[in-house]
Amino acid sequence: MLAAVISLGVMGAAFGVILGIASKKFAVQIDPKVQEILSALPGANCGSCGFPGCEGFAEGVVGGETKPSACSPGGQSLYEKIAAILGTEVSDYEERKVAQRLCQGGIGQSRMLYRYEGIEDCHAAFAAFKGPKACNYGCIRLGSCVKVCPFGAIESGADGLPVVDYYKCTGCNKCVEECPQNIFRLVGITHLANVRCVNTDKGKDAKNACSVACIKCKLCEKNCPEDAVHVVPYGTGTVAVIDYEKCTNCGICATKCPTKAIDIIPPISEEVILKSEEHASAGCQRCEVCQ
Amino acid sequence: MQEYFIIIIGAVLINNIVLAQFLGICPFLGVSKKLSAAIGMGAAVTFVLVLAGLFTWLVQTFVLNPFNIGYLQTIAFILIIGALVQFVEMVIKKYSPGLYKALGIYLPLITTNCAVLGVAILNIQKDFDLGKTIVHSVSHALGFTLALILMAGIRERLESEDIPKCMQGVPIALVVASLMSTAFLGFSGLI
Repeated sequence: MLAAVISLGVMGAAFGVILGIASKKFAVQIDPKVQEILSALPGANCGSCGFPGCEGFAEGVVGGETKPSACSPGGQSLYEKIAAILGTEVSDYEERKVAQRLCQGGIGQSRMLYRYEGIEDCHAAFAAFKGPKACNYGCIRLGSCVKVCPFGAIESGADGLPVVDYYKCTGCNKCVEECPQNIFRLVGITHLANVRCVNTDKGKDAKNACSVACIKCKLCEKNCPEDAVHVVPYGTGTVAVIDYEKCTNCGICATKCPTKAIDIIPPISEEVILKSEEHASAGCQRCEVCQ
Repeated sequence: MQEYFIIIIGAVLINNIVLAQFLGICPFLGVSKKLSAAIGMGAAVTFVLVLAGLFTWLVQTFVLNPFNIGYLQTIAFILIIGALVQFVEMVIKKYSPGLYKALGIYLPLITTNCAVLGVAILNIQKDFDLGKTIVHSVSHALGFTLALILMAGIRERLESEDIPKCMQGVPIALVVASLMSTAFLGFSGLI
């Protein structure tokens, strides 16, 4: 009895002392600024800043390797917080970017080549003649972007096309990388006019595949007062592209476009422009153990 | 030499810690969704299991046996494993931040992995000396890693298969685990 109590007690005390000494001896010096910035970050570890996770970004910012604005999910409010922590001026803030889907080929618009029955994944369907649609450039509508979005900002709409919630979208670039057709672009949130077609085939072929395709008629180019939209070489052919630097969102191109391939979205409220919604699981470290 | 060889084959294939002795099922089912995570977990378990095997053997031989308090084995071993994992975590954090990040959350989770305690007790039950204890621990850790990697490979393939909805996720994982266990029975006649 006594031997048991003493030996266990001695062992416990010894381990306690060793751990206590070790925690002092092996203490890692962390810059308190890194910890402060880390707690201010969204914590989604999305990697859009180019660092492995939010901790890497916090270290990078403190070490001067990157700009505070590189964290797109954080937006301007985060930028101001980091500037306050680092004691620097708020400058060179870049406008918040959101994903825009450059395809409007929904169920009524696009001609289908075949019916796809298989894995519910765009990459799988893309492997079979670039998807079931006649258009080889458009949205495959199986929602790989919906699945990959870490912020739940993309949903499948009624016509199968993914719809981006600009409030939730943080511009993390995941959907842009995921889409096999590359139909997502990160566009500054105050730009409202977009050419929603990336079909580079000749006008007749494009129109034959989809009723809302860009037919390269150059009406937008001729009517643009700011010389901002041009039909330019793109991939294997040409397609209309808007220069977002010049565009003033006047919307003339959208009204002139005969196929409505250019659309202008309604003005976005100030709140949505400035702030992206903080994700509900902002504290989650994505270790995937819970899965 | 032949003895060691038998220990290795026995621990990795015949008495595989997961598929034959059913220890450490929790990480086996929990961390086998992705191959990369499975390899990380396997490495972390290998690391801790070998160290724990070594230290528990030392404590058993030099503390528990001389004082004749073998009945304290379980609680003493739990104490050792818990303290050891904490200590190892601190050392790794200081000297190898890269490894610390790679092991991540898995390291502290291993404290509660019954495979670690199981192997430590098996070492004592089989009356191994120090050399055999280390070889036995390493082989069991490799067996665990092998089972985890095989499982992760199968589950990654299952992701893209057309599985009935009621069987998706954990049910199919359990079926796979039982089939793997049955398959590993085939090794029983090896030695």
